[in-house]
Amino acid sequence: MAGKKKLVLDTSWCKGCGICVAFCPKNALELVEERVHLKPDNECVLCGLCEMRCPDYAIWLEDLEE
Amino acid sequence: MPSELIHEFMRIDHLPHIWCPGCGNGVIMRDVAVAIQELMDDPEVKLNREKVVIVSGIGCSSRAAGYMDFNSIHTTHGRAIAFATGIKFAKPELEVIVLTGDGDCSAIGGNHLIHAARRNMGLTVVTFNNDIYGMTGGQYSPTTPAGDKATTAPYGSLDRPFDIAQLAAGAGATFTARGSVYHVRETIDLIKQGIRHKGFSLIDVYSVCPTYYGRKNHKGGPVEMLRWQKENMVPTARYYAMSEEQKAGKLLVGTLTHSEYPEYTDEYDKLVKRVQAEMAGR
Ligand SMILES: Cc1ncc(C[n+]2csc(CCOP(=O)(O)OP(=O)(O)O)c2C)c(N)n1
Ligand code: SF4
Repeated sequence: MAGKKKLVLDTSWCKGCGICVAFCPKNALELVEERVHLKPDNECVLCGLCEMRCPDYAIWLEDLEE
Repeated sequence: MPSELIHEFMRIDHLPHIWCPGCGNGVIMRDVAVAIQELMDDPEVKLNREKVVIVSGIGCSSRAAGYMDFNSIHTTHGRAIAFATGIKFAKPELEVIVLTGDGDCSAIGGNHLIHAARRNMGLTVVTFNNDIYGMTGGQYSPTTPAGDKATTAPYGSLDRPFDIAQLAAGAGATFTARGSVYHVRETIDLIKQGIRHKGFSLIDVYSVCPTYYGRKNHKGGPVEMLRWQKENMVPTARYYAMSEEQKAGKLLVGTLTHSEYPEYTDEYDKLVKRVQAEMAGR
């Protein structure tokens, strides 16, 4: 069953390549001190493109626990 | 803890990996994991993870065999396909997947490539094709485009590059395809088709090496290199809808060749049975 998802980041795995930031269709991500962050005011639609494109597995969608 | 996928299919105690920021290898390695996962979950295939063997040679890309949590073997430079051939021969029921660099498989390993293709060995070869020798610091490889620079071609390479998929097809591979780091979904599907195909299959995945190839050739960083793939590599449906003029200079992302021919270990098995029957009848 497709439940609700949330975006999870592990900045300790991020190498700051900027791929997710550049290709996020909602421009929801930014690099802060060379590490990915979700912008405070963001319109993330949980599409998961960042998870697909991140070469370092530092960002992904996870099922939201009920 | 990383995502479920990474946790399930990678040796997370070896992660984060050592590849450079923006290197395409991490994306291709994930594509392979997703392809395997989807084939495990596919009721028509029910791929058994215990039967999957990942074989690699030497190079930045070949480190993938060390990161992936399967029966895996990290072999010597250029010899991944030779080791894989031995594994497949010993246990034909195994699903043997070779992860290899453009140098590993088409320079030092070029002979193994063409002869495994010629025999139609039941292997799936996934190239991490970044147009350069990454691990040793940026020497040109057989896929470096003519005119492009490398430490061993400071004024531009004179050599005509190989198209690895075309080379494999010409040598007898029965499934060849082209993927890219940008085209994630398409590449996963092509790897799945390659694994399901009985016979020699090769998916030539265009990677990006921002550190050496990119820097030497002023291609920008990883983002610009992926934009190039987005703009110049075209998935099947769109590609075939294009006019000849529109296709000029564009590369198809999809299946390139697909044919049927007896798979080698099957033929070998038949040969053994035939000879045994002949011997018994003597
Ligand atoms: C027999 C032998 N010759 C040369 C080398 C040095 N060497 C290591 S990796 C490599 C080339 C790697 O290029 P590629 O296969 O394209 O992989 P990449 O590092 O770009 O992923 C070479 C020449 C070696 N390890 N063994
Ligand atoms: S040198 Fe190139 S291929 Fe090797 S890890 Fe760095 S970016 Fe990747």
